Formats: sequence, C-alpha cells, structure tokens
Amino acid sequence: MTLLLNQLINGLQIGSIYALIALGYTMVYGIVKLINFAHGDIIMVGAYTALLVMTGLGLPFYVAIVLAMAVCIVFGVLIERVAYRPLRSSPRISSLITAIGVSYLLQNVAQLIFTPTPRPFPAVFSVKPLVIGELSISFITILTIAVSVALMILLQFVVRRTKVGKAMRAVSEDMGASQLMGISVDKTVSVTFAIGCALAAIGAVLYCVAYPRVQPTMGSLPGLKAFIAAVLGGIGILPGAMLGGFIMGIAESLTKGYISSQLADAVVYGILIVVLIFKPAGMLGKKTREKV
Amino acid sequence: MLKVENLNVYYGAIHALHDISFHVDEGEIVTLIGANGAGKTTTLHTISGLIRQKSGFISFMNKDLGSVKPHKLIEQGLAQVPEGRRVFAGMSVMENLEMGAYTRSNKAEIKKDLEKVFEHFPRLRERIKQPAGTLSGGEQQMLAMGRALMSKPKLLMLDEPSMGLSPILVNEIFTIIKEVNKTGTTILLVEQNANMALSIANRAYVLETGKVVMEGNAKDLLSNDDVRKAYLGS
Repeated sequence: MTLLLNQLINGLQIGSIYALIALGYTMVYGIVKLINFAHGDIIMVGAYTALLVMTGLGLPFYVAIVLAMAVCIVFGVLIERVAYRPLRSSPRISSLITAIGVSYLLQNVAQLIFTPTPRPFPAVFSVKPLVIGELSISFITILTIAVSVALMILLQFVVRRTKVGKAMRAVSEDMGASQLMGISVDKTVSVTFAIGCALAAIGAVLYCVAYPRVQPTMGSLPGLKAFIAAVLGGIGILPGAMLGGFIMGIAESLTKGYISSQLADAVVYGILIVVLIFKPAGMLGKKTREKV
Repeated sequence: MLKVENLNVYYGAIHALHDISFHVDEGEIVTLIGANGAGKTTTLHTISGLIRQKSGFISFMNKDLGSVKPHKLIEQGLAQVPEGRRVFAGMSVMENLEMGAYTRSNKAEIKKDLEKVFEHFPRLRERIKQPAGTLSGGEQQMLAMGRALMSKPKLLMLDEPSMGLSPILVNEIFTIIKEVNKTGTTILLVEQNANMALSIANRAYVLETGKVVMEGNAKDLLSNDDVRKAYLGS
C-alpha cells in the first residue's frame, strides 16, 4: 500500500512536469498546426539558465525560475519569428523539418558553449519531507504538483476568459476570419509561443530538481515524452495535454515500482500505441472530418 | 466612400481581374453580381488586403488601402462577412460577437451595439451560450453578420450571404441587410443570386471573367434583357 501511494505520488510529480511541457506542444500545434520539435530543447535552455543563475551568480532558486522563464520566452518568440513565421504559408512538412533543424541547432550550440559533460544541478531545498504514517513526501514533490496544477488552472482561465486567450482560440480556429476581426495573427502566435515557453521553463527547473543533471541533450527525452502526452490526450486540446501528462507520469512510475525500471518507457509508448489504435485523435480528441 | 480604380490581380500567371473599377457611395447598397469564377470574391479579398493587386488603387474614405495590413482594415471602418460565414465554430455565440468587437475598447458602446445586433437577429440572443458550430446555416449567417456589425463598420462587405440557404431564409437575410443599411451602414454585396441582390440594391456591377461588363441602376439591370437571360434565367 505504501509503495502504491509512493509511486502514485511520484507519478503525479513527473506527470505534472510532462503536462507543463506538453501544454507548449499542444498550444503551438493548436494555433499554427506545427509540432515544434525544438520545444524539448527549450527545457535545456531553461535548465542551463537556472543553473548559471544559481551557481554562477549565486542567486536564489526563485530568481532562477523567473530568469529561466524570461530567457525561454525570448528564445521561443525569436525561434518562431526567425524560423517558423517565414514558412507559415508553406507546406507543413517544411516547418516540421525546420523545427527538427532548430532542435539540433540548439543542442549543438549548447555543446559548443557548455561541453557535453553533464553538470550537477544544485540541491535546492533542505526542507524535511512530510511524513504521514509510513509515507514520506518530499517538499519538492508537493511544490511541483501544486505549482503545476495552479499553472494549469491559470492557463485555462487565460484561454477561456481573457481577450488574448479568446483571440488565441479564434486564430487557432480560423486564421483568415480572425484577421477580418482585426486580430493580429503574428502577435497572437508570438504570445502563444511565449506562454508555452514560460511553462516549459518552469517544467525544466522542476525537472532539474527531480533529476539534477544538466546537459545539452537533456531536453530530448522529457520533450519526447511531453509530446507523447500531448498526442495521448489529443493534440491541440489543453485539458488533453494535462491528462496525457498525468497518465504518462503515473504509468511510468507504477511500472518502475512494480515491474521494472527498464520497461517504464516501453509501457508508456505501449499505452500511446493502444490509445491511438482505438482513439486516433487522442483521449479527449474529437473526430474531425475534413471539410470539402 | 470606397473607390476601386483599374484593379488588376493575378494568381500566378492567371489574370483574375482586368481593370476593374467601381465605387460605393455613403448610404448605398451596391452589389457585384456574376457567375462562379467571375472574380467577385477576388475583388473583396483584394479590398481586404488578403490578396495584393498588381496595379490599380483602392481607397476608402479618401485613404489609400494599398499598404494597410488586413487586420488593420477593421479599424478603418471596413468589415467583411466572408464567404461560407466562417464563424468560430468551437466558440460560443457570445464569444463570436465579442471577437467582432476585438479592436474596440469602450465597453458601454460595445454593449449598445450588442443590443442592436440582437434587435436585428433576435434568434442569436436565445443562443448566446451555444457553440457557433451547432447553429443552423441560417443562424450562422446571422452570427457572421452580427459579428461583423460588432465592429461598428461604416462599410459592410458581404460575400455570398445567400449561399446554401433555403429561399425563406434568403428572404429573411436580405430583409435584414436592408434594415442594417437603413440604420446607416453602407453595404457592398457580392452575390450569385442576382435576382435577390438586384431587388435590394441601389446600383449594381456585373462581373464576367474578371471584367466589369455592365453597370447601372439595380432596377434598370433587373429589367435588362441581357442580364435577365444571363443571370436571372428568363
């Protein structure tokens, strides 16, 4: 019982990180129909920023999060402006390939600057874990889950209720009609990238606290898993990304606890395959008919 | 109010509009009629800046529209109801109307115009929370028009509002277009349904393969033999 609860809580922790990152994939896909493969490497950018701020400048953790968000937003918006925007009316495969290119570019530039050697992420919290009976939950676990859930609620509010959120939904439904309403598509797309990257930065720092190794290719795996979480839930659908993230995290940690650590990824990918066979649009995805 | 002079538009090598000129004066209903592929929608898209002309001028309220970005047009007082309505299907009726007023900030004024839209289209009021995609075709057309009116346009451009609607609904929509015009909005109407368009318009231009082949008073054109043969089926 204790093992089950422990693994569930661990699953929620890593799952909420996947969900935060998955939101970026799904928001960008929703609005420009692009799988932004460079999104995973934004995690790496955020991780190095936080690392440098904390070890290099000696500033506290909270400042590191804020600066990581700022740097990731700048990167995300810049990447969209330089690499994706000129291709917006080109075939989708062009921007997809460009996204892969941007991903490699970021990884390789990071290797040049930081070398491929992993660096340890400093231990952040020395708060005692919360002990309930035999169960002990670390502070960072609680913080990760709480922050993620709060951010998801905030994001839902922004997208449902605010003017900029409604504009994002309008552009994702019909770019041309949105322009006729006076909505600037360019600005709205930039805001979408900015929000996605800010969430990824927070996810990155929380990820580093859980797995304290920072290296240039570190974004690939959480990036891939978050992408799968987004597809699992139904790409383009925000609650889908959250659901997908939690399911992946829990499946992963239960497999680690009860079957074997090495099989964790296989089980996760297996779930994806099964879901896509029965619900090709993802768990919350609706069947879409191509309009003629 | 709107002046189009010697407009030439190309799609790659295809010369889609040949030297098209027309004008719309304040308070009028002007209609562009013509068959499929005559260049009606292309003309509207060029005015909205979605396509750029090779040569020719478009001016609105004496301002050249050549360099105005599409999303800035609505602030000039030019709104368009696109072909096929293109409401935001996943958003509620209310949210669609809010998007129409996207560029405006005076909440009291927006509320007043919302009431006006509901006066024109009482059916929308009953459905404010419903996703636009679940509305019928006629209701979606009403929503698309209401959404455009929420920007408080000086000139409203309508692209094929009768498309895919039953004759009763077409009548209803056209009655509303006339009402909207009476409350002070100038109208540029693009239609294949020449009969209906000519019955409410003041003036009309007949387009054929990208050229204006005839123009004049709507009533005269309605009784013109050539027009009757070509577009009215009698």
